[in-house]
Amino acid sequence: MAVRREEERTTVDRYPGRVRVNHWITAISLILLAFSGAALFHPSLFFLSSLFGGGAATRMLHPWIGVVLLASFTILFIQMVRYNFWTKADSHWMRHIGEVVAGREENLPEVGKYNGGQKIIFWLMTLLILVLFGTGIMIWYEYFGATFTIEQQRIGHILHALTAVAMLLVVIVHIYAAFYVRGTINAMTEGKVTGGWAFRHHRLWLRQEARKGVIDERQTPPRGHGVGPAE
Amino acid sequence: MAGLQSQDFARISATTFRPPDVRHDFEVAKLIDVSKCIGCKACQAACLEWNNLREEIGYNRGVYDNPHDLTENTWTLMRFTEWENPGTGNLEWLIRKDGCMHCADPGCLKACPAPGAIVQYNNGIVDFVSENCIGCGYCVKGCPFNIPRISQADHKAYKCTLCSDRVSVGQAPACAKACPTGAIVFGTKQAMLDHAEGRITDLKSRGFKNAGIYDPPGVGGTHVMYVLHHADQPQLYAGLPQNPRISQVVELWKGLTKYAGMAVVGFAAAFAFVHATVARRNDVSRAEDRKAEHLIDEEAARGREA
Repeated sequence: MAVRREEERTTVDRYPGRVRVNHWITAISLILLAFSGAALFHPSLFFLSSLFGGGAATRMLHPWIGVVLLASFTILFIQMVRYNFWTKADSHWMRHIGEVVAGREENLPEVGKYNGGQKIIFWLMTLLILVLFGTGIMIWYEYFGATFTIEQQRIGHILHALTAVAMLLVVIVHIYAAFYVRGTINAMTEGKVTGGWAFRHHRLWLRQEARKGVIDERQTPPRGHGVGPAE
Repeated sequence: MAGLQSQDFARISATTFRPPDVRHDFEVAKLIDVSKCIGCKACQAACLEWNNLREEIGYNRGVYDNPHDLTENTWTLMRFTEWENPGTGNLEWLIRKDGCMHCADPGCLKACPAPGAIVQYNNGIVDFVSENCIGCGYCVKGCPFNIPRISQADHKAYKCTLCSDRVSVGQAPACAKACPTGAIVFGTKQAMLDHAEGRITDLKSRGFKNAGIYDPPGVGGTHVMYVLHHADQPQLYAGLPQNPRISQVVELWKGLTKYAGMAVVGFAAAFAFVHATVARRNDVSRAEDRKAEHLIDEEAARGREA
């Protein structure tokens, strides 16, 4: 994790490879779960089951993808939880969320690695995934059909459906924010963001990273030192 | 199932349309007169035989019920209850032939997420279509009578078909055909209601003043009905529900949740898409890039000092 002076720009390392790989496993699992779950949720979306090899295959695969999601999200949780504890600055930031959405962040406290909104997304996903997994076990008929009473399974079904709707809303906010705030997606694709992005959105974090040192990766020395390119 | 046309169905699971249902000429029903039943299990044997099924050899648990519960192969089961009638002091042996009730408003069909896996024919018979069944077990939760069973072999749901194959060619179900006492009769629903009336009058004249028919209105009536000597207490008969109806939880799950959930997620996705497309971009300015350089230099220097 470092600040790097590159040829044309300055970047700040945000996510190492292991975090990015795990994030995308989680993301792909979630998308597959959304599609396979939607197929079983509403008849007009049943056609999505063909992506998984038919209705029976969808029914069989959906819970196993849920197991993959739980595993990868557990790792993600361990990797990220230490940056997501709530602080007073987060409460202040959340109270002025309107200014943030309007693109005016000047008067707000400097933000560390994550802002209040990101932390809420993190904890909401943690909670919803736990509820989805718990209720998912209740309605995993192949293995747990005899473990829970029919009445418990009915409640499991409606909770699973409602929680899934909430989860999709959180995911939509997450994806929307990543696109809307330009420069964010690079953090999860290339693993780094620009200095300007860090200055604008996570200035406190940028200070901390810069204090650890700056790596100069420029091949050509800075202008004005009298050494031109070899002819 | 094969060769049937859309007009032959009253309902089809997990479809967004209702079939035309123009051939709705008459509804059939099976009437089980519990007071005439001697518990011989000929109906159970006939069911296995006609449907060419075999039940595993089980073990004796000290009761006559054999097997102990409905299974993917046992679609009908005699349930035996010993009951001491507090009014007369008599020990009564109540025997009920359990199995699918073929509800007019079938909970299994309402819960089913697989298009065409559960159908209701115009004549009222509710049938499972194996090739469309995905084995999710939702029908089990939809059913107010705890009837469907999922096979561990092929993960498909099974239950009584009311011998829809026999009925379609003018034959009575195998159990009705086999019953030696005439406790099981089959015909149009109206004919069965008329028949039941005669039986109830007869039972009342013999002292069963609460004799009556079991055709529960909570599920829109059923196409398998009982004549009970104690119709005021159906739960005496191995837990036959007093007022069965589709669980409110299932109604909410398959009703409001399904439509509201679709609407909310669809609206949120559409709003996010439109807003992200038309709203002013939240982008980093050149000034911020420059300020970042400045701040990095400052902090890096501070870091070196420390």
